[in-house]
Amino acid sequence: MHIAEGFLPVPHAIGWVVAAAPFVVHGARAVATEVRERPESTLLLGAAGAFTFVLSAIKLPSLFGSSSHPTGTGAGAVLFRPPVMALLGTVVLLFQALLLAHGGLSTLGANAFAFAVVGPWAGYGAYRLTRALGAGLLPGVFVALALADLATYGTTSLQLALAFPDPASGLAGAAVKFLGVFAVTQVPLAIGEGLLGVLLFRVLTVNARPELERLGVLPPEPTPTEERA
Amino acid sequence: MTRRRLVTALLVLAVLALFALPLLLDGGAEYAGTDGQATAVIEESGYRPWVESVFSPSSAEVESGLFALQAALGGGVLGYVLGRLRGRRQAARPARSEQLPADDT
Repeated sequence: MHIAEGFLPVPHAIGWVVAAAPFVVHGARAVATEVRERPESTLLLGAAGAFTFVLSAIKLPSLFGSSSHPTGTGAGAVLFRPPVMALLGTVVLLFQALLLAHGGLSTLGANAFAFAVVGPWAGYGAYRLTRALGAGLLPGVFVALALADLATYGTTSLQLALAFPDPASGLAGAAVKFLGVFAVTQVPLAIGEGLLGVLLFRVLTVNARPELERLGVLPPEPTPTEERA
Repeated sequence: MTRRRLVTALLVLAVLALFALPLLLDGGAEYAGTDGQATAVIEESGYRPWVESVFSPSSAEVESGLFALQAALGGGVLGYVLGRLRGRRQAARPARSEQLPADDT
């Protein structure tokens, strides 16, 4: 989902910076509030950032002979709500743009919008919807992570289609072309990412129960927590 | 407890299988990254990037090393947090099991 440095025309690059900036600023405020009002969350905040850091570094083989990387932004969105991930995701992208020549500074706005804004919000929306339909925490987490991943790559495809509409088939044709590059490869990765998220939350529900209750992810237990290891 | 372990093992196996199977099934594929494929599609239209990366790793080896560094940083922090949380729970446990001797298993 990283649009390479210089691969968006200047007006598009600027437009996406303008679109992403309010979310990232709001995200920075959300992180500061979280740390100030719930200092005990800092550990989990680190875990959410670290999860995205690991997953977005690993390019995995997929079907049809291509490879791509997961995003991991859904986990933090479920734990802390999406604004927090707008900042954490952008930090990851900045690291990759500066040190790895992966993505770029000119495309940081567009990439942040796909990776740190649309992905977390789509994942969080899917999580809330599955929970509202009566599903438990873990199915919700699976859906959140898988959908955050897919939504990010879908957004990248649309951003590229907007910048490079097909001369013959126009915007729709270009969107199909870029979705063809990204989406098919991404489906198995999104499933894998969902499963990894379930593994992470299985560990957290046992070991970080008080934090999850305070964050509203798990309902508070009336009796002092019975150990169920 | 044993059922919990079984579910964990199955989840780990499923993740491994999901990424190992493509490698086993079509061994000849190159597994080009989709990000690179997208830039190739764009360059076909005659577009050339207007700015270069500030810093580019000088070789594929250096680049994969830096990616490994990113994963190691993330994995290290994640492991530290999960280890601390688990340690905290285990430290809280003996105090409670003295009051309730045979509560687990």
